[in-house]
Amino acid sequence: MKFGVVVFPGSNCDFDTFYVLKDVVGQPTTYLWHKDHDLKGVDCVVLPGGFSYGDYLRSGAIARFSPLMQEVGEFAEKGGLVLGICNGFQVLLELGLLPGAMLRNKNLKFLCQFVHIRVENEKTRFTHKGKKGQVLKMPIAHFDGNYYAAPEVLKEIETNKEVVFRYVDEKGRLNEAANVNGSLNCVAGLVNKRGNVMGMMPHPERASEALLGSADGLVIFNSMKEMHDR
Amino acid sequence: MKVRILVSFKDSVLDPQGQTVKNALHTLGYGFIKDVRQGKVFEIDLKDIPRAELEKAVPEFADKVLANPIIEKFSWQIIGE
Repeated sequence: MKFGVVVFPGSNCDFDTFYVLKDVVGQPTTYLWHKDHDLKGVDCVVLPGGFSYGDYLRSGAIARFSPLMQEVGEFAEKGGLVLGICNGFQVLLELGLLPGAMLRNKNLKFLCQFVHIRVENEKTRFTHKGKKGQVLKMPIAHFDGNYYAAPEVLKEIETNKEVVFRYVDEKGRLNEAANVNGSLNCVAGLVNKRGNVMGMMPHPERASEALLGSADGLVIFNSMKEMHDR
Repeated sequence: MKVRILVSFKDSVLDPQGQTVKNALHTLGYGFIKDVRQGKVFEIDLKDIPRAELEKAVPEFADKVLANPIIEKFSWQIIGE
């Protein structure tokens, strides 16, 4: 499985993501420069976290117009695997590859902390190594992670099981305190209808080695890797 | 020519920043304030182009770039020659 990590001006999780994919997950990985029009033959595009273009205007709003994003859009259209983490998720929303938008966190604070998320749909290319209801621990670091979608859109994504992760407490229960950023339906991660594009606010690349507090993020990267090996 | 574009949240979308500003104003004694919605202002300087072209272009780029139509709405006006 060949991974490509997109680098925008202001990306700051690109090196971490590259390191985890290459050295921890052990897959060939390359950087993809946002100004190029070349996906270098990768099987999966990862949009990393950070503050592309300084989060000016809205998070992800400028990055979506980067030259490379045209290729990423076409790649996704053809069924290519795309993962957006944090700012990468915001870019996917702005691009319209995933439904909805992000609002400022409900408490108006930048949240940088470990959270728990529950696997809601274990039948995706991103989560099949996990179990339904499994609780994963990983960090978040964002200002705008308060997921919003119009009521009819929310209904549709629930019906189609497009919600992949929800914020829960450590025992896997939904409650307002655990839904730290105020997301509608506690949405922490979403997949598109076709199942080849996923966005999530928590950082699996910061939770891929037990030494750093959690290796639960590997559920995602190993799922993506193994799907390709089959 | 100059245009001013106002971008704000749709009425159906909660605006936590506006709520916080409202609460602060209440604390300062302005209890008569019923609601606050916070938005963004863009003042854009343009070359002189025909009016019809302007009226087509401004809503187009406001919708495409300046506002996210899922959560935001915009209005605009010409503010100077």
